[in-house]
Amino acid sequence: MLGGIFYLFLFLTAGEILRSAGIPLPGNVIGMILMTIALSTGILKPERVRTASNTLLDNLAFLFVPPGVGIMVHAQLIRSHWLSIAIAVVVSTVLVLAVVGVLQQWLGGRRQHDHAS
Amino acid sequence: MTTLLESPVLWVTVTFAFFLLGKTLYARWRVPFFHPVLVGIAGVIGLLVLTGVEYETYRSGGDIIAFFLGPSVVALGLPLYERFQEMKRQGPALVVSILAGSLAGLVSAVVPVLLMAAPDLVVFSMAPKSVTTPIAISVAEQLGGDGSLAASFVVMCGILGGVIGPMVLHVLGVKDQVAFGYALGAASHGVGTARALESGRTAGAAGSLAICLNGVATSIMAPAVVQLLFRLFG
Repeated sequence: MLGGIFYLFLFLTAGEILRSAGIPLPGNVIGMILMTIALSTGILKPERVRTASNTLLDNLAFLFVPPGVGIMVHAQLIRSHWLSIAIAVVVSTVLVLAVVGVLQQWLGGRRQHDHAS
Repeated sequence: MTTLLESPVLWVTVTFAFFLLGKTLYARWRVPFFHPVLVGIAGVIGLLVLTGVEYETYRSGGDIIAFFLGPSVVALGLPLYERFQEMKRQGPALVVSILAGSLAGLVSAVVPVLLMAAPDLVVFSMAPKSVTTPIAISVAEQLGGDGSLAASFVVMCGILGGVIGPMVLHVLGVKDQVAFGYALGAASHGVGTARALESGRTAGAAGSLAICLNGVATSIMAPAVVQLLFRLFG
């Protein structure tokens, strides 16, 4: 477990270093990409990070509470712009569902067909 | 008493207490109102208002918990690797559809708030709204938005997609299990994926892959796309 946490922080640190070196991505996302690369190339065995990763991801919801509390500072802002916020949330959620669902069914289905023929 | 109210230790403990209370309530009565995150947030806010403690004081404790969002994003590399191994055969299709979905999500989130003249803070915080919370917070802050605001938009999209998502996909004729789960994960992250899991393991796995890939795609595209939209509509 402790070893796994070490690896997570190691990739996070590497991500933060690359971000400060000019890569325009959040350091934690760069760290996630680095860990995926390390796993795919066999440098890092999944067993080494499994317990630590699953412990964090299984309890992810708890970590959302502090940012959620921050919403009390912006209550007024949300109230005065609720209509534009509601439109953006509804339109965008439906559009993402439609684009990804239809495109993936079409492209994924066609590929399976190619394999069959 | 005053020093106790200013102690980070107290607020870390309070956050645990309300979240765990929510977990107990939610286990007994499975109504969305008792979701542990909701009970946690409402409980802490209620106590802050009652005691007259400023949000900034709470933050000294809250930030200690939120600190672990960083390594949690890195931890997403594990499901990303494992789910992609399972679905490798569909790799190119999965990459193309997530890129299209991420772009569609960014444009359709930003344009309405820009056109209706919402403050920049709202626009920047709305951009990553389909992405999983920890990544959305980072992306919003990088753009110049606010993490808490982004987190609340993310939760709205999650709940909405979890409720109407399966119906929308049914109307559009999306029957393929991979496409079904993938769309729910892309539009509504963890909440959508939990819903996808109800219809089977394949859909659930596709959903968790979509969370990871949409996070990466949106972090890469967001800065350029948002800047372009500001030039066109701002």
